Amino acid sequence: MDPLTILTAVAAPLLRANIDTDAIIPSREMRSVSKSGLADGLFAGWRYLTIGSRDPDPAFVLNQPAFARARILVGGENFGCGSSREHAVWALAEYGFRAVIAPSFSPIFRSNCVRNGVAPVVLSEAEVVRLAEILTADAGHTPVTVDVRDQTVVGPEGFVGHFELDSESREMLLHGLDAIELTLRSGEAIDAFTTRDRALRPWVYL
Amino acid sequence: MRTLLDRIWADHLVETLPGGAGLLFIDRVLLHERTGGVALKSLEQANRSPADPSRVFCTMDHVVDTRPGRTDATLMPTGGAFIKATREAALAAGITLFDLGDPRQGIVHVISPEQGLILPGVTLVCPDSHTCTQGAFGALAWGIGSTEAEHAMATSTLRMAQPRAMKIEIDGVLGEGVTAKDLALHLLARFGSSGGQGYVVEYAGSAVRALDMEARMTLCNMATEFSAVTALIAPDDKTFEYLHGRPFAPKGEAWDQAVAYWRTLRSDDDASFDAVLSVDAAEVSPMISWGSSPQQSVGIDGRIPQFAEVSGRDSREAWGRALVYMGVTPGQSLEGLPIDAAFIGSCTNSRISDLRRAAAVLRERKVAPGVRAICVPGSSAVKRQAEAEGLHEVFLSAGFEWRESGCSMCFFSGGESFGAGERVVTSTNRNFESRQGPNTRSHLASPEMVAASAIAGRLADPRKLAS
Repeated sequence: MDPLTILTAVAAPLLRANIDTDAIIPSREMRSVSKSGLADGLFAGWRYLTIGSRDPDPAFVLNQPAFARARILVGGENFGCGSSREHAVWALAEYGFRAVIAPSFSPIFRSNCVRNGVAPVVLSEAEVVRLAEILTADAGHTPVTVDVRDQTVVGPEGFVGHFELDSESREMLLHGLDAIELTLRSGEAIDAFTTRDRALRPWVYL
Repeated sequence: MRTLLDRIWADHLVETLPGGAGLLFIDRVLLHERTGGVALKSLEQANRSPADPSRVFCTMDHVVDTRPGRTDATLMPTGGAFIKATREAALAAGITLFDLGDPRQGIVHVISPEQGLILPGVTLVCPDSHTCTQGAFGALAWGIGSTEAEHAMATSTLRMAQPRAMKIEIDGVLGEGVTAKDLALHLLARFGSSGGQGYVVEYAGSAVRALDMEARMTLCNMATEFSAVTALIAPDDKTFEYLHGRPFAPKGEAWDQAVAYWRTLRSDDDASFDAVLSVDAAEVSPMISWGSSPQQSVGIDGRIPQFAEVSGRDSREAWGRALVYMGVTPGQSLEGLPIDAAFIGSCTNSRISDLRRAAAVLRERKVAPGVRAICVPGSSAVKRQAEAEGLHEVFLSAGFEWRESGCSMCFFSGGESFGAGERVVTSTNRNFESRQGPNTRSHLASPEMVAASAIAGRLADPRKLAS
């Protein structure tokens, strides 16, 4: 996983509430047992004119030339709700997104973002609405900067926002850590726990 | 002082990580072919394997064909590849597989309780958002991504910060004909789809205690629609009775020892929750969703809301978009809205008690002409039980299709679907745009309301049909 420290890129506003993982990557677009080959299916139901086609709907934000190279997405509350499918984050990442800014995230989606080097950035509802307005007016001319180190978002028109990130997530993103590798270092602690636990709850072990 | 969440958390905490998150021991990992196959394959590619394969289980449910006489072939293009790849990876990893044709096969959250995989006080994860269903057993069971499933298999742990705890106290008595599904939709309509954001929700109170285990599963099932990490209900005698004798549940002396431990699993009377909500069960009506988010639900005797009625939960954009998508107008009655199809199934409402209640409505009645009606039992065991009771005859003679178990048309994966613009009344959990097929319109309801509506050919209140 590539580390993510500072990202300066075009940000695309998609200010709908409850953008679910079915909308981010429809199930019909998950065609192989793989974490890749998903970018084409990203937002397929909104991005293309008809189901199954690849004719771009010019009204959709990512089909507008100004936002075509966006790497930051600005969404509405409860972003990533619905199915746990990590394919939603894989599709976003493969398309090029490294950060999503929203007033709130579904817990599973948020965790999937961190595991794939995509920053889940929570700003207040008012800040997100204002940022989306600024971005729409600015039409992709001025990039937005997401800084994971000092946990800030800086945008056009003097926009500055601060976001919270738990230290575990922050470290994962900053250093591109492989969580399994990290946890295997706690092997002794896990073994010791298992020995104790087998005595306390033997029925759990099959 | 401690909540049930605190208690389970403490009993699974291997160590506190630098930064304060916990390394939490995971007792059970469940997988299915849609998101689990890729986790197994990725684990294998990294030259890793499950630390304890005896505590990892896999089923086939998401893209399998549910028509009678099924094989590995699916209506979803490439669906067969998911099944085969998952089967091969599961066999290579040495985990337990409930394959097609296995009498134990079924929807993951239906078969886990049937098999006694879920037990009070355990931690159970599955790359599936409706894993919260299993919190009904007083376990910490939650949905994760595929990468976290790899982590859970490789290390028997997950790294996570302890979520906040919310209690939803539901006292009083549910009205006649009002179900756990109605309660779940009521909570969503009242507190919004973000109402449980980031919390582990403990359902408590006399109305929750009164629910049987299958109803508790239905209630917990929709905690993910509430944006909660998961839900749980403290175990009691109903829980123990349900689990006794299940294949993977403890036996003999181990059972007694387990029950003694399980009886201690409850929130202290003075436990401090980060949030507490109270609900009077008597206020809950039979519910129906009108929009494209589960929070967009009202009582069946209600009307499509004006914006002012929902402005606390919906933005004008979300409300307006749902009206257009669903083809409804503010002030319109829900009851009587003509439907094209009716679906009974999914991890929300496909257990034997759900089928019994739907069959009671359907008995000696016929589905309205022009309505396609489908019933998909949640597991092969539920299907066998229903057939032993003759329920399949009731469904078939009413005009329902009677299927093999699986997730089926709860969602559209490129195979079977309802038609564009069709209005479907469904016992499932999500009414998102195009969830059940390209541009289909889904109305979430209890199995009995689905059955009553199928007969009427319109959204109908099952209480009015009761004989």
